[in-house]
Amino acid sequence: MDMIELIKQPWSWYFSGIMIVAIMLMLIFWGKSFGFSSNLRTICSMAGAGKRTGFFNFDWKAQRWNLLFLIGAIIGGWISSTLLSSPAGLDLSAATVTDLNALGIGFNGGINPDELFSLQAMGNPKVLFLLVIGGGLVGFGSRYAGGCTSGHAISGLSNLQLPSLLAVVGFFIGGLVMTWLIMPFIF
Amino acid sequence: MMKSVKFILAGILFGIVMSKSEAVSWYRIQEMFRFQSFHMYGIIGTAVVLGTISVWLIKRFKLKDTEGLPLVFKDKQAPYLRYIIGGVIFGLGWALTGACPGPMFVNLGYGYLAMIVVIIGALAGTYLYGVIKNKLPH
Repeated sequence: MDMIELIKQPWSWYFSGIMIVAIMLMLIFWGKSFGFSSNLRTICSMAGAGKRTGFFNFDWKAQRWNLLFLIGAIIGGWISSTLLSSPAGLDLSAATVTDLNALGIGFNGGINPDELFSLQAMGNPKVLFLLVIGGGLVGFGSRYAGGCTSGHAISGLSNLQLPSLLAVVGFFIGGLVMTWLIMPFIF
Repeated sequence: MMKSVKFILAGILFGIVMSKSEAVSWYRIQEMFRFQSFHMYGIIGTAVVLGTISVWLIKRFKLKDTEGLPLVFKDKQAPYLRYIIGGVIFGLGWALTGACPGPMFVNLGYGYLAMIVVIIGALAGTYLYGVIKNKLPH
């Protein structure tokens, strides 16, 4: 019981970092590589995109393991919010709360803002538009860059790959431009 | 069968780690891009340092996978332009939605059904890249 209570607490950054490496190593020792965004390409192929576009015409069944990993990730999220839900809210920096309030985004201790991710917000065409465009940039950008945070920032940097470092620098340039220059105008 | 189960279990662990450490939080991503907390830098930094040591040890001792095959790490190929341009585009979406490809799905399982909209966008973006790939600078 004490163990479960301990797990229910929000996890520290260093424990999370250790666990992410443990997961990467599990996949490496199973002969695979840790990279999540390739699932998006695989799903496009499964849906038949390979008939029209060469990029999606590959043996997606060899990527079945990664789709299983994706299904596990969904289940893991569900377990966190049900069996392992924490009584403590997210401990967000006060400066961030102030900044986001100025943009019209409230904070109630949850992990995502209701203004963007509640079902009510889905009735707002502007929010829907922002989420579709944001998702589109993530999907387009990760394929263009050949990987996302798991493939480049974790796997690639661990293998000291210069291209991954360039991609991660790009992630941050894009993120800073969106946060500081674009979000004040679109929120 | 066991082969399938182990990947699902690894995914479950990933989903729990990412949500319990709040790395799937839109707020945490904003906090990171505003340099107002060490949290996300701590997660990524710890993972990169330990990951680098692990990969070095695997190479140094020529370790084999569970099937007994040598572990090979593929080098990422030049040209380099794609990494920067693609990376910037990814970053714009990462800050806006607070979600990378993994966390989108973890959040969906967590109960944020609105993430379906982000996932549909991500699939459309991936598809668009596949279609216009040859016209883009790489």
